[in-house]
Amino acid sequence: MTTTLRRTLEGLPGVDQVGLEARAASLGTRSIKTDSKKWAIDLAISMVDLTTLEGADTPGKVRALASKAKVPDPADPTCPSTAAVCVYPDLVAVARQTLGAAPINVAAVATAFPSGRSSLDVKLADTRMAVEAGADEVDMVIDRGAFLSGDYGLVHEQIVAVKEACGPAHLKVILETGELQTYDNVRKASWLAMDAGADFIKTSTGKVQPAATLPVTLLMLEAVRDYRIATGRQIGVKPAGGIRTSKDAIKYLVVVNEIAGEDWLHPDWFRFGASSLLNDLLLQRQKMTTGAYSGPDYVTLD
Amino acid sequence: MRVDVRKTHKLYIGGAFPRSESGRTFEALDAKGRFLANMAQASRKDARDAVRAARSAQSGWAGRTPYNRGQVIYRIAEVMEDRRDQLIEQVRAVGSTPKQAAATVDQTVDRIVWYSGWADKYVQVLGNANPVSSPYFNLSTPEPTGVVAVLAPSSLNMADPLLGLVSTVLPAMVTGNTVVAVTGTAAPIPAVTLAEIMATSDVPGGVVNLLTGDAAELGPWLASHLDVNGIDLAGAGDAATDLEIASAENLKRVRRPADEDWTTEPDLSRLAQWTETKTVWHPIGV
Amino acid sequence: MTFEYSPAPESRSIVDLKSSYGLFIGGEFVDGSGTSFKSISPATEEVLAEVAEGTADDIDRAVKAARKAFGSWSRLPGRERAKYLYRIARLMAERSREFAVLETLDNGKPIKETRDVDLPLVSQWFFYYAGWADKLAYAGLGPDPRPLGVAGQIIPWNFPLMMLAWKIAPALAAGNTVVLKPAETTPLTALLFAEVCQQADLPAGVVNIVTGAGETGQALVEHPGIDKIAFTGSTAVGKAIARTVAGTPKRATLELGGKAANIVFDDAPLDQAVEGIVNGIFFNQGHVCCAGSRLLVQESAYDEVLEKLKRRMSTLRLGDPLDKNTDIGAINSAEQLARIKALAEIGDAEGAERWSAPCELPANGFWFAPTIFTGVSQAHRIAREEIFGPVLSVLTFRTPAEAIEKANNTPYGLSAGVWTEKGSRILAMADRLRAGVVWANTFNQFDPASPFGGYKESGYGREGGRHGLAAYLEGAPA
Repeated sequence: MTTTLRRTLEGLPGVDQVGLEARAASLGTRSIKTDSKKWAIDLAISMVDLTTLEGADTPGKVRALASKAKVPDPADPTCPSTAAVCVYPDLVAVARQTLGAAPINVAAVATAFPSGRSSLDVKLADTRMAVEAGADEVDMVIDRGAFLSGDYGLVHEQIVAVKEACGPAHLKVILETGELQTYDNVRKASWLAMDAGADFIKTSTGKVQPAATLPVTLLMLEAVRDYRIATGRQIGVKPAGGIRTSKDAIKYLVVVNEIAGEDWLHPDWFRFGASSLLNDLLLQRQKMTTGAYSGPDYVTLD
Repeated sequence: MRVDVRKTHKLYIGGAFPRSESGRTFEALDAKGRFLANMAQASRKDARDAVRAARSAQSGWAGRTPYNRGQVIYRIAEVMEDRRDQLIEQVRAVGSTPKQAAATVDQTVDRIVWYSGWADKYVQVLGNANPVSSPYFNLSTPEPTGVVAVLAPSSLNMADPLLGLVSTVLPAMVTGNTVVAVTGTAAPIPAVTLAEIMATSDVPGGVVNLLTGDAAELGPWLASHLDVNGIDLAGAGDAATDLEIASAENLKRVRRPADEDWTTEPDLSRLAQWTETKTVWHPIGV
Repeated sequence: MTFEYSPAPESRSIVDLKSSYGLFIGGEFVDGSGTSFKSISPATEEVLAEVAEGTADDIDRAVKAARKAFGSWSRLPGRERAKYLYRIARLMAERSREFAVLETLDNGKPIKETRDVDLPLVSQWFFYYAGWADKLAYAGLGPDPRPLGVAGQIIPWNFPLMMLAWKIAPALAAGNTVVLKPAETTPLTALLFAEVCQQADLPAGVVNIVTGAGETGQALVEHPGIDKIAFTGSTAVGKAIARTVAGTPKRATLELGGKAANIVFDDAPLDQAVEGIVNGIFFNQGHVCCAGSRLLVQESAYDEVLEKLKRRMSTLRLGDPLDKNTDIGAINSAEQLARIKALAEIGDAEGAERWSAPCELPANGFWFAPTIFTGVSQAHRIAREEIFGPVLSVLTFRTPAEAIEKANNTPYGLSAGVWTEKGSRILAMADRLRAGVVWANTFNQFDPASPFGGYKESGYGREGGRHGLAAYLEGAPA
């Protein structure tokens, strides 16, 4: 099985770094203005997985975050809510309670996030704990050590096991592209994760630099596009970490649009893992409404 | 009657203008021995910090496109031309006639322009494909050696506080090296102006570091520093041999002092001195 | 959900368009002695300005002005000539947005390209060659190579300002003076460039611009006061020039047409290869001499490449060239559009299968949808003749040797592309391709440091790099 898997992964087309980065840069020059900008900002807000993943997180912090996810702009009720909140598994219950019946998912990181360095048993227990506490989505990390040493079979096995432990929860598989280093590795890891049952492939934990980049996300969108053509199954993409401005977010939406296509332009199939991005989206939204540049005093800090 | 605001003259390290960590100063004097200003006197620790700043800036500078390096260096010339009057006054103060001072400053600007035009060309002249006798594509290209220390000729020659300094600093810069230069104590003020010009010309911090101070004191520390890859001994004077011996510890590339006429157009040897030739082989076959 | 991009027009107001233009001779704008003609926007067919039709007399005036300026210009120390060219480079960078908008209006190409490709290369070209002006001894042409004299330069309409830079920068750096004739459908940026020459205080007569059409160009080529002709344009006209200068002391360099093969192996980085195919033939609406107009795809990769290619072509945005999101602009003229349509119809008649990207063509202006023909073989006219439009002919091959054979099987030899992850194969293919420029895992890359020019009927001489100086100095081949 391992040999077949390895052959499949190594048979994937290579990625030319210069060409990929040039394409991402070129798409980054699209000029999204007026109505299309308004639409894109609202879509981006609805795609945010509002995130806090700090050792210092407390129930109070998570309550504040969840409240923000429900009502990002208290001064403007037309503002959409976010797609989800993303927290550590021991704070899932607090998040769920604060969100109540709002149509916002609770995503939990699991599997010895962010390093992934522990036994499979521990990772599965971590996963089950999150699901039992009410997580709708689980963001797992792959074993990068195994991947980089060529043990694709082990990486695959772990994803399959975690997917099973998820039960009804959706599984996002974090590749940690910053540690995989080459685009060829990212393409291989994407296919491996999709083949093993991922519902979403995710770029990064946000704890390692570089986190999400436009070229790496473009590459992963090519992967999900090609995978659906090959198998019929649609898988989502989530860039996480390092996306701070509305301008950045809109570039990502352009890339989704022109690489994977409009089927992915929906929170069910594309998410932003971000925290400070939301406020910048709100500031830009305010400017689109009032015509004047806004400032930090006009968005909430939670 | 208006009281003027006098400048404090400091070192240029890592893109900033710190005083010497030693707290020492020396007096800059004009041609008649009159006081012009107190100058920060660089210490060995300042030199150490400058080397660290230069090392830190080196890979970024070398990673810029040749065109970008050329544009940045050309901008130094633009800004210097803009401050021509000030520099002429400063050069004149240490002994040149107005005509000589103007010639020095103009030649310095032109020298910078000459070097800026090499940034996107020297590879075409110093590098080449090699016609080896086996089925390999073989290419030689010059790469920067790293951090280059310069004991500027202004150390020895009060009459030229600028042209010789620029002519020893720029050739290292063009090819992607970063520089730590010691100006000497005879006529340091134009060097400080040069530092300000670089700081306002998009030169990234740390690419050039200018230490006003004594070449005799700082030379040995730079010559023996194991993280310095090359050293230009133009201003070393009698200490040159000892410094060359000290440089041998990490086989620094050494430029020995010579009787140089900085007013004539240089050849490529100084520029080439701070490059390493890398030759790559690659098979040709379907 | 559909992501519609709202219109994002670049403003025209940055350009101060005059209603009519004269000629630029001897450092001044002067009236032409003949008639005038109109330059239109190929996207809307509106008239942009009236431009003088240069007569033989006008050419004579210009050549005399260039000759008069040559003595002092060539005697200036190189470092002083350099500084004029640096000024021009910096002025072009300063005014690049203005020039980009004007170029887009007059040529029809998207503002995205003029802003991000044409104009940056223009100022970089001047910057690069400025630096050679005082370094000619290092050019490999002897210790003190001398300029040729007065150069007559004729440029095409596909990259008007960029071609102007490719011609003027090295000529001036080497100490020559020039008379330049821009193409008749795209004279405006050359005339605006004349203003930059004035702003740079370039000595009068060093650069002269004479607008006009074929006859004006002919007068320039035939003028006895010219030492050198530099021409970029069609192969047919290039041959005529070569015949005209025979028996005279005039030297010529020619940059002519092409029918480049873009070779994609089954181990190519596929997504980037598809991007390279698209860039190779649809960039600048295919109005590119070195366009990758023949796709040679390895049979084993054919289905996958074609499927990806069509999908990618469907995201190309055709429309108003001034809209920042436009990828494909207008065809430069009614004549060129007619030629493209005629050759496409020949493709149909020859039995190739046509497929065009679905797009709405505006009612006014000259437009052609990005198109591919599959089932093409070497015997087809659309595989041999330069279409100079957004039309790709797709052929297949089985082995590297066959790819080489087909790629080289043409009277042209300007460029070629190779797509494979295998390094040694890149070098082996590059070794055997009879083309002046080989792009591996990329296409349409230009840089003033990199020589560009063709083999065989794609012309002779090189532009760019150290080699690009040879065209304007003694000591190099005629």
